[in-house]
Order: sequence, then structure tokens, then C-alpha cells
Amino acid sequence: MSDDLSTGYWDGARRGALVLQRCTACGHVRHYPTLLCPVCHSDGVEPLEACGRGTVHSWTVAHHAFDPAFADDLPYTLVTVDVEEGPRVLARLEPDTAGLQIGRPVTIGFAPGAGGVPVPLARPA
Amino acid sequence: MTGGTLHDRAAVVGVGETSYLRGSKDSALALQLQASLTAIRDAGLEPGDIDGIIPVGITGAPAEEYIANFGLTDLRFSAVVPHGGASGIGALQAAAAAVSAGIAKHVLVPAGRNVSSGDKAGVRIHQMPQFRLVTEFEKPAGAIAPAQLYAPMARRHMELYGTTSRQFGEIAVSTREHAALHGNAVMTKPITIDDHQSSRLIADPFRLLDCSLESDGGAAFVVSSPERARDLAQPVVSLAGIAMGHPDSPSSITQRPDLTKVGIAKAAPIAWGVAGLGPGDVDVAEIYDCFTYVVLCQLEDMGFCAKGEGGPFVEGGRLRLGGALPTNTHGGLLSQGHMLGMNHIVEAVRQLRGNAGRAQVDGAQVAIATGYGDMGDGGLAVLTRGAR
Ligand SMILES: [Zn+2]
Repeated sequence: MSDDLSTGYWDGARRGALVLQRCTACGHVRHYPTLLCPVCHSDGVEPLEACGRGTVHSWTVAHHAFDPAFADDLPYTLVTVDVEEGPRVLARLEPDTAGLQIGRPVTIGFAPGAGGVPVPLARPA
Repeated sequence: MTGGTLHDRAAVVGVGETSYLRGSKDSALALQLQASLTAIRDAGLEPGDIDGIIPVGITGAPAEEYIANFGLTDLRFSAVVPHGGASGIGALQAAAAAVSAGIAKHVLVPAGRNVSSGDKAGVRIHQMPQFRLVTEFEKPAGAIAPAQLYAPMARRHMELYGTTSRQFGEIAVSTREHAALHGNAVMTKPITIDDHQSSRLIADPFRLLDCSLESDGGAAFVVSSPERARDLAQPVVSLAGIAMGHPDSPSSITQRPDLTKVGIAKAAPIAWGVAGLGPGDVDVAEIYDCFTYVVLCQLEDMGFCAKGEGGPFVEGGRLRLGGALPTNTHGGLLSQGHMLGMNHIVEAVRQLRGNAGRAQVDGAQVAIATGYGDMGDGGLAVLTRGAR
């Protein structure tokens, strides 16, 4: 077993792709990374590049900067997105749109966040 | 009741707390020791009687500090229960198990913090191993503090069930009213629903008055067997039933199948079953209130009302003194101070002893205290005046 669980995700993020984990034994797709498949407990895993389509599950708009690194971004919207492959992704939403609602289709990409770390970015589809 | 449960196998024999304030000059350890001495003496015990310790919270001093400060020579049990705001209930369960099994006679559960001098919640949580996924995957997007992480839970509840911010406000207003009656609270100025509605947005839908207070203080309790409790100083407060539960996807709310359901949904049926009591028997409820919505959600998950009906349930003064379910009679984390839910347990015990002062619920016989922490771990303790 490798403890280097997140390499696939971050390698993908840097080229703009959302990379999830797929169990090679039972096919279960998971995120965030784990050592074992929570369904069949196999440690066999392969990267799965998500199609980038999803729908809004919930959201919040930050009006307070709990970390100074995000003070210039206020207010900013964080959406929880159900991606087509099954798991959810927390993403920044741009442009901030009024009338957000559950089930709204979005696409997921990546954009550089604070400190240059690639951050999932949702846009209305 | 089956023999393996904790039905009336332990009692909370002593409680203690310091003043709750901001800007305490005392260290977290000093506050823990003060509250502990109060709780031990409240029970009619001396520090040397303590033979079990379960420190609560990430600022909880290790048992060794108590051995040194109390001059203990015979500590037989210690443990750490790492469930954030559910740690008080988790520690009560562990203490009850220890005295029930005869491992220890008197278990001290202390907590205390001085957050004025230290890091705020938004910094602290990212130092904790149970949040490593949030720190790695969500913090870079700007999801820093509990307010932001819990807000999507509340937002989804509002979207699915029509729950309103004014209904959250009901919880803030009744809690503040109780804090004023209690007196030992950081915030005692009365507020209205309109004050709640005009307080600034922190993490939509949470406004400032939906959020608990970062504050300093200490709280502690002592757990003994029922047999020993009868020989101590206070009326017996018996642990009728207790359980803990973890939500699915325990550490990342994002991946939770149902955002509107937390760990107490698993714990509550067990705790009610062990106690042989249900929501209809409760005279006073002390419900962990890191955010207003979290109270509403737990009320549903404990079975006080159906999922989705928490909004209407909290309206009409039901949670106020004199209402059908007086809730957070001490002012909770929202107005009294954030003592990791330990202050909820202290207040539940006081209510059952009948010495909760102006916030007393007349003739309270059954009280509950809940815990909620680490993104959704939950616990429910059902306490009764004497064994039932
Ligand atoms: Zn599998």
C-alpha cells in the first residue's frame, strides 16, 4: 500500500483535471483518497479522470475572512457539487450567481487559488 | 434492560465551572484546575479521592498534570476522547464505563480553555489529524472555519424543507434570554429576531448571531457509581442512558450522503432505549449549539420532531423557559460561552438538583445533554433525578 494517496489528484489538478480513485476490484469510485475501498476493502486502486460535469448539492457564501489569504476574495461562493461519477467536490463558484439552487448543472475545472494551489472551480453549465 | 448497558450504572456527583469571559489572565490549565477543584468539592470529595481522569478538548491537560497538581498517588484510569464538542458526552460515557466496571471509583472530566490568548477555531482545526482531508482539499478553496463548513448543511436544510433564518433566530433569542437569567455568561444583553436578522452575514446562511462565542473558562464534572453517589454530598443525578454516534463520512461534510443528518441520529435511539425514556419525557434539554442550526438539526435527529420539521418546532416559544421544551437554560455556547459542551452537562445536572437559580425548570426530573463535534460526531446523555 502506498501512503502517497493524493498524488493522482494533485497531478490532475495541475493540468486542470479532476482525478478520483476507482477500486480495481469492485469499481467503486471514491473521493477523498483512502487506502482501502470502503465497500470491498481492496487496496487495488486506479485513477479515474472525471468528466467534469455535475450538479449543485449545497452552497455557502463567505462574507468573513477566517484566513487573511482570502480577505480580498470576499464575498466568495463555495459550492458542493455532485459529480457524475458519484462523489462530491467542494469548489469555488464563478461567476457568483444569484438564484443558485439544488440540482443546477455546473462544470468543474481548476484555477490557481491562494498561494498558487489549484482549486476546483465550478461554472454554470 | 440488558446487563451490558449503562442504565443507572453511574451518577454525576459533582459539577464545577469558572466564570465565562473573554480575556482571562489564567492559562487553560489553571482554568481546568479551578473548575476541577470546584467539581470535586461540590461532590463532597477531596482531590486525593480522584482515581480516574478524562481530559476534554485539544487544550486538555494530560492526566500527569493532575497527578502533579493534586498530589495523586493512585490514578487507575485515564483516557482521551477526541470528539471535539462531543468529547464531554464521550468522556461521560467512558467515565461511566470505568466506574461501572469497577476500574475507578471517582472519575474527573475537566475542560478549560483560554482562546483569547491562542489561536481561533479557524486555525486550530487545521492542526487536528481528523481534519487532514479538509485541510488538504477544502482549505485551499477558502473553506477555513466551522461556520463555513457547516453552512452548506444549513443551506440544504433550508432549500429542502423551507427552513428560515428567522427560525434560526428563535434559537438565538431564547438562548440569550436564558443567559441573562443565568448570569454567568459572556453575553447577557437581550436580543430580538430583528437583531438576529440584521446581524452581519458570516457564512451565508449563518449570521453573527447564529455563531457560538469564542470564550475562556473551565468546566468539570465527577462521575461515580450510584452506590457511592448516595453517600456523597448532592442529590443523586443518575445516568439513565448514553450513546455516541459518528456520521457517515465522519471527517468531511462534503462527502456525507445526507448533509442534514448528523451522528446523534445513530446515538439517540440507543440512548433512549437504554434509558427507557423518549423525547416526550424530557423536562429540560441542553443541546450543543455551536451554531443555531445545529440545535434544530439535533432536535430532528433525536426524534423530537420529524426530519424537516425543526423550523416550525422551534417557533412559538417552545424552547423558552415556560415552553414545552426549555432548551439551553444556561445560555449555551451561543450566549454563555464555548466550553466544548461541558457547560451543557453542568447545567443539566444543576437543573435536576433543582438549583439552577432563575433559569430553573420547575420540578425537572429528566434532562438531556448532547454533544456535537468534529464535523458531526454526536452523543446523547439522558440524566434523571435519582434512579428511575
Ligand atoms: Zn471496492
